[in-house]
This record gives sequence, C-alpha cells and structure tokens, in this order.
Amino acid sequence: MKITQHASADTLTLVLDGELDASSSVLLDTELTKPETLQFQKVLINCQKLNYISSAGLGVFISHLQQFQDAGVKLIFFNMQEKVRNVFEILGLDTLMTIVPSETEATAI
Amino acid sequence: MKNALRISCSRGNLKVVRDFVTDSLLNYDLSALQLNQIVLAVDEVVANLIIHANGEDESQHLDLAIDVEDQSFGIEIFDNAASFYKPSSYREPDLPEFIRQGKKGGVGMALVNRIMDRVEFTTQGTQNVCRLYKRLD
Repeated sequence: MKITQHASADTLTLVLDGELDASSSVLLDTELTKPETLQFQKVLINCQKLNYISSAGLGVFISHLQQFQDAGVKLIFFNMQEKVRNVFEILGLDTLMTIVPSETEATAI
Repeated sequence: MKNALRISCSRGNLKVVRDFVTDSLLNYDLSALQLNQIVLAVDEVVANLIIHANGEDESQHLDLAIDVEDQSFGIEIFDNAASFYKPSSYREPDLPEFIRQGKKGGVGMALVNRIMDRVEFTTQGTQNVCRLYKRLD
C-alpha cells in the first residue's frame, strides 16, 4: 500500500494505491493521526487505486471519524471501486460515511 | 479440486493467503464482487488467528486447505495455538456506537458471518480448526 498526499489551503487529499489489510492499515492510521490533519476542512480519500479493503482498513476510518466530526473536518471518499464499496455496503458503513463518485463531487461538498 | 498452503503467523502473509484463495477460484465464473467477498472472509479469519490466537508468533504456522467442488467453496484453517480460539459470542456490531467510541476493531467477524454460508470453529485433536463454506451459484 502506497499513500501519497497533496494539500490545498483547506483540503487534504490522500491517494491510496494498493490493498488495505491488517498489515498495511498501520500506514493509513499513521497518516490520519497526524495532528495537522485536523487543520483541514476536508480530508478526501482518493480510492481509484484502492484494490482491496478489510476490516482493519475500515477500522482505521471508523476510529478517526468521530474526532474528525468533532473538529469540523469532513471525511469524503471518492472514485471507489465497486468491489471495495461493496465491503462498506455489507456493513452498512456506506450510510455512515460519505462516498461520492468523483473528485468534483467530493470537492463540492 | 483441492489446494493447500502453509503460512507462518505474520501479517505480511495475508497477501499470500488472498492470492491463494483467488488462484483457487480462477476457473469458476465468479463476479469480481463474489470473488472479493470470499477472499475477504478468509483474510478476516486468518488475520484473527495470526494476531489474536497466535500473537503474531512467526514460529507458529497456519495450514489452509481449500476444496472447491460442485459449486461449493470450502476452506479449513488449522492452527496449533495452545488455547482454542473462537471469536467472542457474536453480536451485531453497533457501528454508530463504534464511531462514537473511536473503536478500531470488531467488524471483521460481522463481515465473515454475512458473507459465508457456514462458519465453524472447532478443535480436532491438538489443532484448532476453522471451516468456512459458501455456495458459488
């Protein structure tokens, strides 16, 4: 799993490349735990190259969501592959997290 | 068709397990979604056994045996952990509460139970065995 990031004044975008499992989810947790993450109004997760997610990856997002909400930071997923979105849907997480088709829509929220 | 794999108890071997399951189902006409679900369910159980049952002790190993026939996928996962590992009594995860608490774990078995048709944790001699089954039609 490779994570790259780019930031504008109010938006941090994390690009996930690869598979998010119990081994690689530590990398994601490290990124989302950085204090500066809470300085942004939006944290966008580009999932175009995210090929797989397990409960470990979901758990990282679940564990940060409340803190983001409390800090007024919107967490938004976009460009998610169907098989990855299906994992969110199995748990009903797609109704608790914001998932949109494109970066344009993510930026517009 | 049967396939077998032995891995040491390291998180780094989860990818090996996923590829093993994927390869065993290559010749079956599954959608990407179906295949991903089965791979995910196995990954979840193996991760639990590596991390919780065997404490990520790389001197320990898991043996996996896949049997795919008559449109049915079955996998047995054997481990030698001293104590019998069984996920604590299953309760539907309260996701809004998990989010409020900032809880990092606890949804893996929910995925396994929703994806697979049958999930069994038993002992067989000195080994612990997890068996997962799913119809492919």
